[in-house]
Amino acid sequence: MIEIKDIFKTFGDNEVLKGISAKFLPGKNNLIIGGSGSGKTTLLKCIVGLHEPTKGQVFFNEQNFTEMSFEERVPIRTEIGMLFQNSALFDSMTVEENIMFPLNLFTNQSRSEKLDRANFCLERVNLKGKNKLYPAELSGGMKKRVGIARAISMQPKYLFVDEPNSGLDPKTSILIDELIAELTKEYEITTVVVTHDMNSVMGIGDHILFLHQGQKWWEGSNKEIAHTDNQELNDFVFASRFMEAAKEKL
Amino acid sequence: MFTSLGRYILLLRLSFRKPEKFSVYWAEIMREMVSIGLGSLGIISVISLFIGAVAVIQVAFQLTSPLVPATIAGSISRDSTILEFSPTISALVLAGRVGSSIASQIGTMRVTEQIDALEIMGVNAPGYLISPKIFAGITMVPMLNILSICLGLAGGYIACAASGDIAPADYVLGLRDGFLPITLQASLVKSFTFGFIITSVCAYQGFYTSGGALEVGQSATQGVVWSCIMILFADLIISRIML
Ligand SMILES: Nc1ncnc2c1ncn2[C@@H]1O[C@H](COP(=O)(O)OP(=O)(O)O)[C@@H](O)[C@H]1O
Ligand SMILES: [Mg+2]
Repeated sequence: MIEIKDIFKTFGDNEVLKGISAKFLPGKNNLIIGGSGSGKTTLLKCIVGLHEPTKGQVFFNEQNFTEMSFEERVPIRTEIGMLFQNSALFDSMTVEENIMFPLNLFTNQSRSEKLDRANFCLERVNLKGKNKLYPAELSGGMKKRVGIARAISMQPKYLFVDEPNSGLDPKTSILIDELIAELTKEYEITTVVVTHDMNSVMGIGDHILFLHQGQKWWEGSNKEIAHTDNQELNDFVFASRFMEAAKEKL
Repeated sequence: MFTSLGRYILLLRLSFRKPEKFSVYWAEIMREMVSIGLGSLGIISVISLFIGAVAVIQVAFQLTSPLVPATIAGSISRDSTILEFSPTISALVLAGRVGSSIASQIGTMRVTEQIDALEIMGVNAPGYLISPKIFAGITMVPMLNILSICLGLAGGYIACAASGDIAPADYVLGLRDGFLPITLQASLVKSFTFGFIITSVCAYQGFYTSGGALEVGQSATQGVVWSCIMILFADLIISRIML
């Protein structure tokens, strides 16, 4: 389980996160939602240690990640997979090399074992046979899927995803969402997804954290989200006409 | 300025942490050596031939007195090629060719979150990205320097043969006359230092890029400018200490 306690993050005199505490449920899709600039990415980066929080702590399985040194963090890092907003594939490497990269550095597997694992991950994200392509030759949706394959190659316990749907068409978005949800169930991963896409929220949100003005404004499941009387959350959820029209059915 | 220096030193310290896996780093070192060494052979060869030729022609032009033996042109151009022209001019050219590509490569990895991706995996990003480049720099730049010296002296010979200002035989005699090994040592120390400066300064500029494509371009420019300044400064210091 991942737990964050009273996270503050300031850039210069811009106080982005103002004391956020939460627990992310194991084996579930945990969503962080909120408007643009509400600090979602910043919170995600604080959790995984790409930003050091100004104040507060992050716990992975009760271990205080925030107070660990670089070396102490490595074992936890190897249990973390992350999918970045623009996929962040290594563009000097082929698809296959991208997926094998963490295996090369952190395991002692033989080359054929690593290849098997890479092929398995590629097949799992429906990209069988694309081994030798370079990231520049892939579409946005394919890059995301390679990013997912790379994130799961080390069989992570934790998966972090930043805006899985940015820059994708609605159909591909749903496929990516479903893929993330399936992997979460299949491998009992604790998944944390940052999104502002209501389709994802309704589709895969087991546990949802709504950020507003750098604070945790609301917390609950996608069953509860439509019936809340929280004004800001309602504004966010029903910002689209489509959701407004669907409100009756929910 | 001082904070930059502090961050630069800190980054260098991070770069030389123990590698996660030596074989992976070794493969990177080989790749960088090929890219820096082989990739620069052409340009270094061409400029060295020209510089050597120009050095002889200029010395010959200045030596008009019949009292000075003609062989001296060979000795003077040898010393200036070994000590200054080859190491320094190659380094300035390499700062443009190798340095800018290092800064823009690492800068692009920064702005496209590839460096974040490395760190998430638990990879020591400065170590993985920077130390192989520095290692390749401090080995390949001296080697290119030796090549540059040889070709520079050959260029001088060609210039003598072609222009006839100095008899090629006198030039060769001059090359052999009064050679001091310390000049070659100083030259190698210089090129080793320049190799370190080019790779580390440009890697630093790339690593701390923030923003987008525009900033990557700026980092590359900054990397080249600072490398050139540092190269000339180091040139002065080493010459002062060793000669
Ligand atoms: N590295 C940074 N340096 C300075 N300010 C930042 C940085 N990252 C984010 N911010 C600021 O933090 C705020 C929240 O950004 P972000 O977490 O990216 O929002 P979101 O992902 O919810 O759209 C923004 O006002 C942004 O300007
Ligand atoms: Mg964001």
